[in-house]
Amino acid sequence: MYTTDQYEGMIAETITISGTNGDAINTYFARPMGPGPFPAVVLAHHLPGWDELYREFTRRLAHHGYLAISPDLYCREAHGTPEDVAAAVRADGGVSDDQVMGDLEAAAKYVRSLPSSNGKVAAFGTCSGGRHVFLAGCRLDCFDAIVECWGGNVIMSDDQLTDKQPISPNSYTQDLNVPLLGLFGDLDQSPTPEQVNQHEKELEAAGKDIEFHRYPEAGHGFFYFDRPIYHQSSAVDGWDKMFNFLGKQLG
Amino acid sequence: MCTMICEKADMEGSAKGREGWFPLKNANVSYDHPFNAPWEYAVNIDFVNEDRGVGARVAVELSPESAKLLADSIMKALERGEADPQIQISVL
Repeated sequence: MYTTDQYEGMIAETITISGTNGDAINTYFARPMGPGPFPAVVLAHHLPGWDELYREFTRRLAHHGYLAISPDLYCREAHGTPEDVAAAVRADGGVSDDQVMGDLEAAAKYVRSLPSSNGKVAAFGTCSGGRHVFLAGCRLDCFDAIVECWGGNVIMSDDQLTDKQPISPNSYTQDLNVPLLGLFGDLDQSPTPEQVNQHEKELEAAGKDIEFHRYPEAGHGFFYFDRPIYHQSSAVDGWDKMFNFLGKQLG
Repeated sequence: MCTMICEKADMEGSAKGREGWFPLKNANVSYDHPFNAPWEYAVNIDFVNEDRGVGARVAVELSPESAKLLADSIMKALERGEADPQIQISVL
């Protein structure tokens, strides 16, 4: 519980970590000041790129007491404005799942290695980032919890598969190895409510520890306060659900 | 990147970006999340020249109806222009 009489401070800066194949990856890292120990969250940014919104999400998590780290998943493609870089990535069919998994794992290992870490690390992502963190919860063993926000293309048809995204993420459902919080808008077109229902049923059938919340008045990206799709009451409740979940899972 | 729907076309021509005119190389037409238009999806057209970096980009984000009107307008203008032998565009 935040109170007005407590000390607060954070450091937020760009650092470099060693990602997939040892590539240097620009990474935004915000952390509370103090010795800790602090839990950590790795943020997988959304389609519009490694943008100001994700920096704000990163700082918000640090404000709430997390070592928050957001790697630039498009770092290898180019540098420029986030929109220009993301447009180039969009034209190239995105980035490969294998590459993203390596970068997220590198970020998790980095924060866990810090003396201020309590050893617990979650992954949070929205849109394509929601898809990526679900995959990470299934394919990697470095996370303790997953927050999947409206992950698009978690369920892919065969004709959607590409060399970069060769396997539909829901094929890995049996491999999910940590608790998962899912937040979804019923007005979303990707994932559709039917896809969310299927995703939930598959996870339940596999006996996974999940917590799904659906917001009837929200569409895609309802956390994005810089866009018309922002939905205030859903976003406020969604952040509350997320902080409760992280508090429970990461200590 | 959420839909993965993107069509690329080679282009000849010029586009005016934030640093002035540049020679065009490609048009990338995606049906995906826009950056600015107020919808979940849009028809996004990026006129680009990758040789000049990702900043060499002229972008529009259209509703599906607008995209169809644009495509139709291009075809109508082409039909009228190409019908007149006096005003043929010759690529140097």
